[in-house]
Amino acid sequence: MTDTRAITAGNLPDLQDPLVIDGVHLPSRLIMGTGGAPSLDGLGAALLASGTSLTTVAMRRYSPSETGSLFQLLVDHGIRVLPNTAGCFTARDAVLTAELAREALETDWVKLEVIADEHTLLPDAVELVDATEQLVNRGFKVFAYTNDDPVLALRLENLGATAVMPLGAPIGTGLGILNPHNIELIVSRASVPVVLDAGIGTASDAALAMELGCDAVLLATAVTRAQNPAMMGEAFKHAVIAGRLARAAGRIPRREHALASSAMEGRAEFL
Amino acid sequence: MNITLNGTGHTVASGASITTLVSEVTGHSLAADGQATDGRKLGVAVAHNAQVVPRSQWSATALAEGDEVELVTAVQGG
Repeated sequence: MTDTRAITAGNLPDLQDPLVIDGVHLPSRLIMGTGGAPSLDGLGAALLASGTSLTTVAMRRYSPSETGSLFQLLVDHGIRVLPNTAGCFTARDAVLTAELAREALETDWVKLEVIADEHTLLPDAVELVDATEQLVNRGFKVFAYTNDDPVLALRLENLGATAVMPLGAPIGTGLGILNPHNIELIVSRASVPVVLDAGIGTASDAALAMELGCDAVLLATAVTRAQNPAMMGEAFKHAVIAGRLARAAGRIPRREHALASSAMEGRAEFL
Repeated sequence: MNITLNGTGHTVASGASITTLVSEVTGHSLAADGQATDGRKLGVAVAHNAQVVPRSQWSATALAEGDEVELVTAVQGG
């Protein structure tokens, strides 16, 4: 049988279906975070198993005692680095952190994270909008971590965000996608890539995100704090591919009543 | 002279440049363009009195008594 579709199980995700952001082809639609890993070696193994092409890092004070360089690890594995502004509560801090990251890591991509408080870690919409505008004006490619709010997502896109990244649930909770309808609405109106970010607990959550039409999934804790991070990384690799395929394949409509898949005609009769 | 590096007191030679400081702290010798001469990516950035200083300007930026310097790098996160 000849399959002429662009997306098939055999060629996905390596060649035919890359995620293209800012002209860069990313073979994997799984974006990894690095927070929560107990060791650099274990993290490297999990990242490799996940097949990720893009991975986030945080910017913190340099410490000479730290052994091994995370940046070097990513460079060695050919994984593109996406610095974030984790821990920033104001647009001012986020812009300064992004400037430092651009200088340190020689990339103008930034995952913009401006949180409201340490308890919820939820994005502060007002500061987020302000920071997005400032960073776009300074030439950054802004990956905006945002609430699952379709109105805000469109605002960020209109301000020039390169990608919008709505949360499934609060960071680190593993609660999955709490409002799939809003995620679908964001996807249906966006003309920039939509990345489901935060709240992912296990592989099926990532598959669901892709089935809802997201272009990629970003997660960290679900892998780094799993009992077997490398195995979980591989599970997510397959989940993202499965969800992407299912989305492209076109699911059946939901029905209220059962529909027999076997014909009634021609049954044997037992008297 | 005394400066503040990453929130703690630090002593550098009078008139030292940012290049001198970064080289001393990271243990890598730096070329005039701010890149490590051993070819490694240092992956660090410097804020000098809350202003980001591009690595190309490190060698031309002299430190002064009481300056505040932040030296940051990529760590696990996100």
